[in-house]
Amino acid sequence: MINVSSNLKILVADRQIVRPGDILAIMEQKIMKPMYNPEKHVYIYEDKIVSAVLGLASITDNDVSVIPLEGRYFPKVGDTVIGLVVGVGITNWILDIRAPYKAVLNAGEVIENFSPITTNLRDYIDVGDYIVAKIAVFDRTRDLLLTVKGKGLGKITEGIVIEIEPSRVPRVIGKKGSMLNLLTSKTGCNILVAQNGVVWIRCKDEKSSEIAVKAIRLIESRAHMRGLTEQVRMFLDKELA
Amino acid sequence: MIEKPVLIRDDGLRHDGRKPEDLRPIKMQVGILKNADGSAYVEYGKTKVVAAVYGPREVHPRHLALPDRALIRCRYHMAPFSTSDRKSPAPSRREIELSKVIREALEAVIFSELYPRTSIDIFIEVLQADGGTRTTGLTAASLALADAGIPMRDLIAGVAVGKVDGVLVLDIDEVEDEYGEADMPIGYAASIDEIMLLQLNGVLTPEEFRRAIELAKEGARRIYDQMKKTLHDKYLRIIEK
Amino acid sequence: MSLTPTKQPIIPRIKRETIKSLIRSGERIDGRKPEEYRKIQVWLNPVPKAEGSALVKLGDTTVMTGTKLEIGTPFSDRPDEGVLQVHAEFVPLASPSFEPGPPDENAIEAARVVDRCLREPRAVKLEDLVIIPGKKVWLVFNDIYLLDHDGNVIDASMLSTMLALNTAKIPKIVSIEDDNVIIDKTVKERPLPINLNVVTVSIGILEGYMIVDPTLEEEIVLDTKIVIGVDEKGRIVGIQKTGMEGIKPSQLDDIIELALKKAQELHAILREVLNNPNAYTTPLVLQ
Repeated sequence: MINVSSNLKILVADRQIVRPGDILAIMEQKIMKPMYNPEKHVYIYEDKIVSAVLGLASITDNDVSVIPLEGRYFPKVGDTVIGLVVGVGITNWILDIRAPYKAVLNAGEVIENFSPITTNLRDYIDVGDYIVAKIAVFDRTRDLLLTVKGKGLGKITEGIVIEIEPSRVPRVIGKKGSMLNLLTSKTGCNILVAQNGVVWIRCKDEKSSEIAVKAIRLIESRAHMRGLTEQVRMFLDKELA
Repeated sequence: MIEKPVLIRDDGLRHDGRKPEDLRPIKMQVGILKNADGSAYVEYGKTKVVAAVYGPREVHPRHLALPDRALIRCRYHMAPFSTSDRKSPAPSRREIELSKVIREALEAVIFSELYPRTSIDIFIEVLQADGGTRTTGLTAASLALADAGIPMRDLIAGVAVGKVDGVLVLDIDEVEDEYGEADMPIGYAASIDEIMLLQLNGVLTPEEFRRAIELAKEGARRIYDQMKKTLHDKYLRIIEK
Repeated sequence: MSLTPTKQPIIPRIKRETIKSLIRSGERIDGRKPEEYRKIQVWLNPVPKAEGSALVKLGDTTVMTGTKLEIGTPFSDRPDEGVLQVHAEFVPLASPSFEPGPPDENAIEAARVVDRCLREPRAVKLEDLVIIPGKKVWLVFNDIYLLDHDGNVIDASMLSTMLALNTAKIPKIVSIEDDNVIIDKTVKERPLPINLNVVTVSIGILEGYMIVDPTLEEEIVLDTKIVIGVDEKGRIVGIQKTGMEGIKPSQLDDIIELALKKAQELHAILREVLNNPNAYTTPLVLQ
């Protein structure tokens, strides 16, 4: 963790578009060796806090970070993800979770008293299925392990699944879930936004489903703009009338 | 023998009317390819280059994966129709050398330790060659990496300084490269003030070299500013819609 | 396609840190000063069958260059000049990590850097290599063979190339009928015409520190190196930065100053050898 001294001279505004190399703030003291902070997407070089990615500056209290506008999903233990089954092995399934690493779901997670001799995995989950799961193990030295033991986890059997840019997930969820609440309350749909940019939508009818998807696409394309919540509210009111 | 064209006219201007410190008209766009994770198209005068980035993604074949960082793969290639005499599609020794120097320049800014056992693949295709293809390619690759959301210390702007008829000039084109006395391509990261790519093909006195570096830095800074604006404007386009 | 290299041999972390901290305090792991070259040994004409040849040992790095002269056609846009070609092979016997196959990017880079450093200042007098203008000229093939790799292949290659070219002799032209040129390689007529000598100085860079003539281990640990080609007149005739770190522009003045200084020493060595060729024809014990 990088401990930032309390006196920061901040050079950018909140929500300003920043690029790699943009200096975000100047600190009081200099650091000898450049340090990268993966969660904040910034690095420290001498006395400067610098953006490492193309994104939006996020200024809170006396802290500076960047919300990326681009980039693939990078897994973290505990994340909820929706993966597509792309392979079936003897004792596990292989899932594509849109990350630079393949994910493994062991048979024992899904099937009680699993025995490879008597069980055909494809009777339970087959290639092409979508699974809601949590990342159980990810330590960068071996394959990522998923678990489906938990409420709301498991194979998706109804509704629709769409993919959005993973960098837009925070925006679709909103501060303290405000945007997501807006979407679900207005459309009446059940919406699960997984951290890896896959969204599961279950609605009572086709029309609500379409509107929910359009609203999410709207958020996705305007993620960098202010006043987005209002725009979405207006859009939903208009479409649902 | 083909006659050497006049490179510096009597009025001190270059064969295409530029002043010694003038860049060619430069065009830049990002996000132009659908499939790639990041992409960019850059023109320096008549030189046209497209760059694409895929990654971080799984390494194929797997045995190439590095345990502690991303594998960076870079291919600089000229299309057969890019030069006046058709160029064979097979990689030439020049393309092999340039792939190496461009990769090394980009490695100096990419935070590759973040993505162990993955690859970040960078493809540079020269569509039309009129001098400065490696520097245009480096600029395009740098933009494509930012467009892909790959964390970097800074953007790298590429530009070549030449010496023609004894005069140091910025951003040489093909004619000036062929008939000039020196060609010095550089890749410069303006925010962190570091040179990532530096070659000299030609003869300079130490004093000329010093002046050439100053001229190159100044030109690179202008290109760097345009790169930043291009990345910023990617989102402006959406606001205008 | 160029790939991030896995540098062989793997250097243990403790050794890496030792090498780095020594450099920061102005010392090196083999006891040399930062500005010191390793011992240079030369063997002229080790391969008499080639028109010119030289073997150079720079510390343990051993490079043999052979110059072969053949008859050929000139480039269409340069009909009044001979043709110079430079190739390099990092043969598998030179290092446990080299594999058989076509030259890799490092060998290609080395050959092209040496080539540019010769071509740009016109080290070889190509105008004097014309036999029938526009039709037949001498082709000068310069092949660099790395026999043992302990770092700084380019400087060793440049030295051995310069010596091979300087001692090369052009075969006698027996007859010219129409466009047919008959030569007799057993009879040497005149030396290959050389305008000037060129050397390269390779400087390894760590933070703000510079070391000259890095060994293989130093190359792997430091990673970034800059090669400066300097001719006899003190002009810069080539530059190649290699490695995956950046260099501060403010460092360039120091780098050039150091390169010019060391180049003078290397040129002096070349002159010494070429003025006393007979002192350097004893076979080197390759060990």
